[in-house]
Amino acid sequence: MAKYLLLKHYRRNSGPEWLPGTDVPMDRWTPEEITEHIDYMRRFAEKLTESGEFVGEGALAPEGTFVRYDGEGRPPVTDGPFAETKDLIAGWMIIDVDSQERAYEAAAELSAAPGPGGRPIHEWLEVRPFLGEDFTIE
Amino acid sequence: MDRRTDRAADPAADLVRTLAPQVLGVLVRRGADFATAEDAVQEALVEAVRHWPDGAPDDPKAWLVRVAGRKLVDLQRSEAARRRREERVADEPPPGPTEQADDTLLLLSRCCHPALSPASAIALTLRAVGGLTTAQVAQAFLVPEATMAQRISRAKRTVSGQRFETPGDVRAVLRVLYLMFNEGFTGEVSLAQEAIRLTRQLAAAHGDPEIAGLLALMLLHHARRDARYTASGELVPLDEQDRTRWDTAMIAEGVDVLQAALARDHLGEYQAQAAIAALHDDAPTAQETDWPQILEWYDELASLAPGPVVALNRAVAVGQVDGPRAGLAALAAVDRRVARWDAVAAHLHERADDVERAIGHYTAAADHATSAAERTHLLRQAARLRAQRR
Repeated sequence: MAKYLLLKHYRRNSGPEWLPGTDVPMDRWTPEEITEHIDYMRRFAEKLTESGEFVGEGALAPEGTFVRYDGEGRPPVTDGPFAETKDLIAGWMIIDVDSQERAYEAAAELSAAPGPGGRPIHEWLEVRPFLGEDFTIE
Repeated sequence: MDRRTDRAADPAADLVRTLAPQVLGVLVRRGADFATAEDAVQEALVEAVRHWPDGAPDDPKAWLVRVAGRKLVDLQRSEAARRRREERVADEPPPGPTEQADDTLLLLSRCCHPALSPASAIALTLRAVGGLTTAQVAQAFLVPEATMAQRISRAKRTVSGQRFETPGDVRAVLRVLYLMFNEGFTGEVSLAQEAIRLTRQLAAAHGDPEIAGLLALMLLHHARRDARYTASGELVPLDEQDRTRWDTAMIAEGVDVLQAALARDHLGEYQAQAAIAALHDDAPTAQETDWPQILEWYDELASLAPGPVVALNRAVAVGQVDGPRAGLAALAAVDRRVARWDAVAAHLHERADDVERAIGHYTAAADHATSAAERTHLLRQAARLRAQRR
């Protein structure tokens, strides 16, 4: 089994082009379309829980701050928030699956969540494998 | 977004958990160090869970006191515990004749000590007074068990240096219970339910009307829990809730508790908040809500416990009584940085038929939402207005 991080973005300036319809902000959908979407996401997480592949998920606020160390005894330095941060992560899900193929399959299913008009939004999701432990026996 | 209804009652587990703080109280009154005694009680509870299913003892409390006492001796024999005890022997109070009824507050005021962060105080309270295992407390906060074990032992170290005095600040205890209740349902363990259980226990032992006020407040809110979310976990605002799904028995109990507290004529912020909740619960439909009386209670609350959150909620009530323009005027005086400011502004602008401004505020409010459910709800409000405009 290997763990994968599935990343959902609010906004991206790198990576593949948005497909038409996937870059419509949610507040421009109808209320029913939002409900359908949320319902799909919930059922997806439930299905992965039942198959024993779900590890966790979380949603992130759109605004963040950069922070760094500024030397002994000094308070941390902060910068931001930046309105035009390049890639803005909206949420994440961690799954624990048998193969990379299965990870892609799960990500594709998540990307099929319905949007405007009840059609799949074909949203690009970033799939990142976790670095694992070294094998003790080689 | 896992929300559960109340767990099925398990009488044996309930009994163990009711007895846990009593047993801890006995050990502490006998002069045991709080942190060591708490460990001993935890170990005794584990024994009880293992052995009682084969047949509970005739006197469960005496059984627990005996086993915990033995565990205490074992722990005290260990080198580290002995060193700790020697350091603290001067601080230990003489065992005094304390009423059983006082133990809950005594233990709670120890667990809710102002030196602890609210999260640590809640965790320690759940384990030492609520009788939950470390694993259950960890589940409630969605953190690994090892992390929670560390958080609890650090909290115990922090409060162990303090003298074990007569009941301290009831206000600090109520504050922690209030925050515990607001954590709501996150995991297997409903923190809201645990908070009600502990507050009920405290209210049974002490006549302070603010304890009763807090209990009433919790009951009057918890009664609406099933109507607050849709099946898919979306938030349902008060005025759109299906009121037939409210727990009428719990509302009746909350109203009784509140009336008894108010009759003692010693008003405080929790009683005032409970009175507002009771007025909402009392309305058969949202349209029949007695807003003028709610506004009076907010005025009362603003003088008892002034703050931006109260001022924000008061602006909502002003909007209902004197119209959205008056509500917006009241809102203008409230600090914009308070959570939900934009949501209230959006609501008032919508009622004032200023759809464009309302959409803008709903969208801004979604960006500042503190939960995914709240964010979705606010985006949905913006979407609804855009759809209407088309």
